[in-house]
Amino acid sequence: MELDKFSYDNKIVRAFIIVTVIFGLVGMLVGLTIAIQLFYPALNFDFQYTTFGRIRPLHTNAIIFAFVGNAMFAGVYYSMQRLLKTRMFSDTLSWIHFWGWQLIILAAAITLPLGITTSKEYAELEWPIDIAITLIWVVFGWNMIGTILKRRERHMYVAIWFYIATFVTVAVLHVVNSFEMPVNWLKSYSFYAGVQDALVQWWYGHNAVAFFLTTPFLGLMYYFLPKAANRPVYSYRLSIIHFWSLIFIYIWAGPHHLLYTALPDWAQSLGTVFSIMLIAPSWGGMINGLMTLRGAWDRVRENVVLKFMVVAVTAYGMATLEGPLLSLKNINAITHFTDWIVAHVHVGGLGWNGFLIFGILYWVVPKMWGTKIYSNQLANIHFWLGTLGIIFWALPMYVSGVVQSLMWKEFNPDGFLVYKNFLETTVQIIPLYMIRAVGGGLYLTGAILMTYNLIKTAYSGKFIADEPAEAAPLAAVPAATSGGWHHRVLESKPVLFTVLAFISILVGGIVEIIPTFLIKSNIPTIASVTPYSPLELHGRDIYIREGCVSCHSQMVRPFRSETERYGEYSKAGEYVYDHPFLWGSKRTGPDLHRISGKYSDSWHYNHMLAPDAVSTGSIMPAYPWLFEQSLDLEQTAPKIRALRKVGVPYAEGYEDTANEALMKQATTISENLNMEGIEVAPQTEIVALIAYLQRLGKDIKSEKVAER
Amino acid sequence: MYKEILQNIDHVAIWPMISFFIFFSFFLCLLWWTFTVDRKYIRHMKEMPLENDKDNQLDLNA
Ligand code: HEC
Repeated sequence: MELDKFSYDNKIVRAFIIVTVIFGLVGMLVGLTIAIQLFYPALNFDFQYTTFGRIRPLHTNAIIFAFVGNAMFAGVYYSMQRLLKTRMFSDTLSWIHFWGWQLIILAAAITLPLGITTSKEYAELEWPIDIAITLIWVVFGWNMIGTILKRRERHMYVAIWFYIATFVTVAVLHVVNSFEMPVNWLKSYSFYAGVQDALVQWWYGHNAVAFFLTTPFLGLMYYFLPKAANRPVYSYRLSIIHFWSLIFIYIWAGPHHLLYTALPDWAQSLGTVFSIMLIAPSWGGMINGLMTLRGAWDRVRENVVLKFMVVAVTAYGMATLEGPLLSLKNINAITHFTDWIVAHVHVGGLGWNGFLIFGILYWVVPKMWGTKIYSNQLANIHFWLGTLGIIFWALPMYVSGVVQSLMWKEFNPDGFLVYKNFLETTVQIIPLYMIRAVGGGLYLTGAILMTYNLIKTAYSGKFIADEPAEAAPLAAVPAATSGGWHHRVLESKPVLFTVLAFISILVGGIVEIIPTFLIKSNIPTIASVTPYSPLELHGRDIYIREGCVSCHSQMVRPFRSETERYGEYSKAGEYVYDHPFLWGSKRTGPDLHRISGKYSDSWHYNHMLAPDAVSTGSIMPAYPWLFEQSLDLEQTAPKIRALRKVGVPYAEGYEDTANEALMKQATTISENLNMEGIEVAPQTEIVALIAYLQRLGKDIKSEKVAER
Repeated sequence: MYKEILQNIDHVAIWPMISFFIFFSFFLCLLWWTFTVDRKYIRHMKEMPLENDKDNQLDLNA
């Protein structure tokens, strides 16, 4: 039989590998910086572009989309060509994908420190970048499906299924969650409000973890683990069952991020039930990975690639057991908003994604350069530094989460909160923050060693840009290995397969989200809840810009410990004008949903200028620039128009008089401050922020007064 | 409150039921297929990642 001669494109893989390593180092360095800022706030140099709230999203985006994303692409481009016995569909598309993605990362690296953000977690990038992501993602999918169609191997290995599911689902998630109304080129408001926005966001956030950090990496595991171990996967049957149950169940579990919030009960229960079910397919994957190494454990001891992979798969198993447990309401009541969740995420990020990436890199770089690893010993040191790093990272954060949570909830025999002052609970966990930073430092050091090792490896070999290969064309392959008609229909038709995967994730999404669309206008309206005043609106946008949401929640849960500390619990109807919602997911500082009236304007003024001077020992950063910068009143009208378009009932023509109302309110506040000896111009940003803070929870409080 | 709105849609409960049913049947078919599928096929699939290495002399881990 005549064999086709062709070559595998290694150049594109090399390009993605290089950026993976670079952005990995950058992302980890930013992470280490914010970890240190949490016990040494001065590390931001009182400089707005390095303040915690702005560079925390820089860290998460760099790690998720730049480090893990580029690694995913490197792995997909490497394995896909070989599994399908063909070069990628189009080199041009490969390179558009590569450069487009790097440009998006560059745009993120510029906009996030500038405070240009939607504030929705892992979807912070503003609308023009969102559009670019969509386009580049389509290029990736086009290239992938094209490659599948021109393959020389009749059957699609399970890794390819995972890649297809990743492409399809991330596309749907990204588009649905990015519906937003532009105010100008760099600012938009979420199309959704309050409860609805929260549900869509966490449907997205949860599934971004599932389909960006999990499914593609399971695909990579199914390719690279057998490769590195030189033995086939333990059970191919298990991999099929595990694949379909995973993508079907995952999509429903999103609401577990919103337990005890103002989200309707049925949605919360749905989230819990599906999260528990998720243990089965997740562990199916882990077992399949680990069992692949059965009888080869002696090799694991010697082979650093396998060591990394074993820890990665184990970390995956731990994180996917922990996740469902955290979805149980009684456990969630303790762990939510605490450092426990941060630890959970990092077992997944540092352990599963990080270690799998390191393992793959140590395997693939020598292969592509036709050589051996430069130093096995250095790689082993990296392994131990990384493992210690994970332990020193995660353990203190588990302790911190439990300690702080119990302190938040502790009552004395007279029925009062023991730690009425939130700050007392923060001070307790500062030493743990320091240990965590050490863990992060160890992990980063390991990654630096790897970089050196890989560069040396590359220099010791010769890069094989186009790896020659040969295979029979598809038409000539006899169908003898086929599994019968039913299977041929499913898996030899990639388009049909893609559609099926699409439908299975879509149904879950629709059943979960449609009901909230229907209730949009029916959330129990609270008569006293009115749209924000123009000044408050500017203040809210400053709150968004500065990323206050990364440390402060606006969601008082219905527990006595919270209503005692903060006041009345939060109702769905209070958020109907919140585009976007700002519930938050982590309480490094206290909840702010009921902050109005708790302090005077001058307290806020002094606190924002120097938190530590007002609350001794506070780790909240100072915001001196808010006292120098002025509001851009030109933006008031576009803001109001944009919000009206998404349903906020500002009267027609209100934008024409909005600035008058704004100045009036600002002048009142500035006069107020003046009486306490503070000189501040009404247009200063801090005035708007104070107006916003003094508004939070005010509507509900005035309702209470009216009832009496 | 939710129930009321949902009740306003005709027979709303039937949609989740139908989708659940579809998926459950899909799943049963899948199980049936995986356990009846040809062994040769499974073996072929399992070995797929390893195939390329036959002509690749540089096995770092060997
Ligand atoms: C690094 C985390 C962090 C960030 C970011 C942060 N805060 Fe804080 N915040 C805290 C901590 C911790 C406290 C408690 C100690 C104190 O009073 O300073 C606090 C307290 C507060 C309080 C007093 C709450 C009370 O009930 O006593 C307000 C108001 C506040 N922050 C507003 C903001 C605003 C507005 C922003 C954004 C411009 C912001 N914070 C950003 C950590 C943070």
